[in-house]
Formats: sequence, C-alpha cells, structure tokens
Amino acid sequence: MAKYLMLKHYRGGPEQRPNAVQPMDRWTPQEVSDHIAFMDHVIDVLTERGEFVDAQALSPEGTFVRFDGEGRPPVTDGPFAETKDVIAGWMIIDVDSTERAHEAAAFLSSAPGPGGLPLEEWIEVRPFLQDAPAGAE
Amino acid sequence: MTGPGDGVAADRTDVAGLLRELGPPVLGALVRRGADFATAEDSVQEALVEAARRWPADLPADPRAWLVTVAWRRFLDARRADEARRRREEQVTAAPGQGPTEQDDDTLLLLSRCCHPSLSPASAVALTLRAVGGLTTAQVARAYMVPEATMAQRISRAKRALSGQSFDRPGDVQNVLRVLYVMFTEGHTGEVDLAREAVRLTRQLAVATADPEVAGLLALMLLTDARRAARWTRRGELVPLAEQDRSAWDTAAIAEGVRLLQAALARDRLGEYQVQAAIQALHDDAATAAETDWVQILEWYDELVALADTPVVRLNRAVAVGHADGPPAGLRALDAVAPDVPRRVAVEAYLHELAGARVLAADLYARAAGTATSVPERHHLLRRAAALRNAPEDRAVAPPAEDRYT
Repeated sequence: MAKYLMLKHYRGGPEQRPNAVQPMDRWTPQEVSDHIAFMDHVIDVLTERGEFVDAQALSPEGTFVRFDGEGRPPVTDGPFAETKDVIAGWMIIDVDSTERAHEAAAFLSSAPGPGGLPLEEWIEVRPFLQDAPAGAE
Repeated sequence: MTGPGDGVAADRTDVAGLLRELGPPVLGALVRRGADFATAEDSVQEALVEAARRWPADLPADPRAWLVTVAWRRFLDARRADEARRRREEQVTAAPGQGPTEQDDDTLLLLSRCCHPSLSPASAVALTLRAVGGLTTAQVARAYMVPEATMAQRISRAKRALSGQSFDRPGDVQNVLRVLYVMFTEGHTGEVDLAREAVRLTRQLAVATADPEVAGLLALMLLTDARRAARWTRRGELVPLAEQDRSAWDTAAIAEGVRLLQAALARDRLGEYQVQAAIQALHDDAATAAETDWVQILEWYDELVALADTPVVRLNRAVAVGHADGPPAGLRALDAVAPDVPRRVAVEAYLHELAGARVLAADLYARAAGTATSVPERHHLLRRAAALRNAPEDRAVAPPAEDRYT
C-alpha cells in the first residue's frame, strides 16, 4: 500500500475545464448541495474500500511568513488575491497502486457542477515519500 | 450514586462507566487531603488504569474507597521518589478539612484548579475534560482531532503550569464559566460530544454554587442546545434559525432553561450569561421566525453591551437593530464594527438582503464564503449567494437567514 495526496485547486492545473469556469456562488443552491453531497460520497466510498486516510478543506486566503532574524517579529506578506494557483484542500488515500490512485482522483474530479455535469477539475496526485526504504537489501 | 454489587465480576462497560464516574471524586478526595493537584492527577490516572485491569474479574466492595487508597499510595510513592518534589512547598487547599467531603464541593474545587487564569482556554478545557469530566487522554485527543501524544503533552504542560500557582482564592467562578462556555461552543463533531459534556459539568457546578451566572450559563447552554436537532439537515447542511423546523426543538430543555433563567434573574445580579440566555429564550419563545420579539432582543443586547462590550456582541446587536429598527439602522450600527471582525461581511450581506438589495447581498455572501472559518458555514453562505442570484426578480426568495446559527 502507498499513500497519495490528492490536491484540489481553486485555480491551477493545465487548463480550466469549461464546466469549472463559473464560480460556485453562481450555481443554483441545489447544484451547490449536490456537489457537496458528492464530496461526502467520495469519502464514504473510499472509507468503504479501506483507502481513506484524511480530508481537509482550506480557507482560500493565507499569508506568507518568514524568519527575519533573532528577536525580530516574523515578516508577513499577502494574502495575494490574484495568485495563479490556490490550493482548496486535499484528500489523502492509501491504495494498492498508482493506477488506483489515479482512478480515485478521476472519481473525485467527476463531482457534479452546473447542470449536474461533471466539473472535470484537475486533481494533482502526489505520492508520499516512504519513511524508510522499502524491501530487503 | 448507586453502589455496585459486592465482590462480583462486572462486565467491561460497567467498569468503564464506573471509573469515569469515580475518577473526579477520588481526585477531589486527594486534593482535599492536601495533595498537590498535578501529582494527584497523575496518581489517580494510575489508580484508574490498575482498576481497569483488575475490576472486570474482581470488583471491590467499595470501589471508591479502593481507588482513594490506591491513588493515595501512588501519590505518596511519587512524593518519596522525587526528593525535589518532597521539598516543594505543600499546596494548601482553600479550607482543608472543613465541610463534608461531598462530590458537589469537589466539582467546584477541581474546576477552579483546572480553569486557573494562568492556563490558555484550550489547555484548561483539555485538563477539565480529563480531571473533572473523567475522559481518557485518548478520548480528549479524538475530540480535538490531534494525536494522543500531543494531547498528553498539552495536559501535562498545563499541570506543570499549575504547580507553581497558589489557590488561595476559593475558585474564580468567572474563569470556570468562561472555560465551560468555550467547551460548549467547540461543538460535537467527534466521538465525544463536547457540548453535552459542558452541559453536564455546568449542571454539576450549578448544584455546588448559588451564583446566578452559573445558572445563567446553564440556561444559555440548554436554550441553545435545544435547537440542535433542527440546526442540521440529514446531509450535514446548516439550517439558519429562521428556517428551522421549530417542532424539532427540545421543549423540555427550553422549559428547564427558562425556569433556571427566571430564578437567576429574580436574584437581581445580572451578568453576561444571564443576558445571553435571555436573548436565546426570546428566540426559543417565538412560534415562527416572524413572531420573534426583536425589540426586546435589542434591549437585551444593549444590556449586554453595557456588561461586556466586545466586537462580536456589537456585530450581533447590529442584526437585532436591523430587525427592530429596519435594515438601514442595522447597517449604521454595523459601521462601528471593525472590518476584520469574523462574520462581519456575512452580517452585512444579511442586512442588505433584508433591505431587498439582492445583487449586493449575493456579492457579499460570496465574499463572506471566502473568509468563512468552517466548512458548513462556507457552504451555507455559498448557497445563500446562489439562492439570491437565481431568484426571479418578482418572486420572494426563501426567508432570510438569521445571523446566529447556534
């Protein structure tokens, strides 16, 4: 088994899919509810298969922070409203193969949007590095 | 408390429940004997672990006495083992040896230690849940969705912070109330229902003290929690107060809350929790959202501002003004609230919606969704924006959202 991070972006990915152009507050309330219900459904299905590890949504706005020398307060910058790419949240899964991870990501990407059609949002899949080298010498 | 059978084998669940019930009074007994709180808490935890191992096969005739004996022995061992600790000045309890060793007194005694002002609210809540609530570290950790080791460390740091403090003042009740209120508002997402736990502890505290603010806080919790079943849809969506199915409210909890509040108010020592309870009682009292007595609610908010003038109180007051004196007055009241106060944009959106400015309200709801601090709240605000954008111009939208979800 190997762990994968599935990153959901507000913006970003190779190109914006046509059905994902419209912001969510312009959908109908029912479309919003159906989308959210589908996300819960994905978690249920992955849990049922013994693959779900964690899911977390992030606030769209954050701050950049860095060290600025001993005894000095941290330096902050942002938030940047027009950043190209914003991470919306993630899911972590523990699965048998890369193929299975991609299948799960595609399932997540099929979440319904306006008109009940799949959003086809790009999901970034990142394998976890193992804590220890795998296998015997 | 009903005593268990003598010397019989007990089943697992009975033992777990019994240990949870007995932990706090046993800790109280040790502290009362003059043990310092931090060491006593460790000793009781060890005694509970031993009991959990032995009791399923052999339940002692007097479980409480057994625990006190074992915990006290552990305490003395710990003292002997650590010379430095031995030299440490002994903590003197507020009134050693005075009064009966009743559980009521122990609750107050322990709560005042766990909720010491030197602790952050998060630490105080964690310590209270374990030492007074009788939860295990693992349960407290799951309630906060942090690793058990992290929670164990948080609790032991809190106890270390306490070991240098004096406890001469017999329980600053105000501090205890603040911690219990924080615990209540943490909600109930995990396996441990923190809101219910807070109600249980406040109930115990109300038995131990006649302070009307304790009764006020208990009333506030009951009057708010009474709406719990109506506050969420089956799919986990937030339902604003104005749209809730009022027949799903817990009328017994409301009746008890109102009774407690009336008795507290009659004592003529008004405080912020009594005022907040009065506001919730007025919401609970309305048969429909339209019948809500906003004029009286606004009067209570004015009392609240006089007692505790915080940005959050001002924000909620602006909603009451919007209903009592009209949306423009509400928006003027909102001007005095700093722009960075959480949920301010959502309230602004709501007041514009009340005023019929649909497009502006939708834009503001969408903006508010971007800064929401919880997933259900974010989704609720998005749906609100969507509803306003999709409503035909000549037809009324669903009843407007109430600002308070609780």
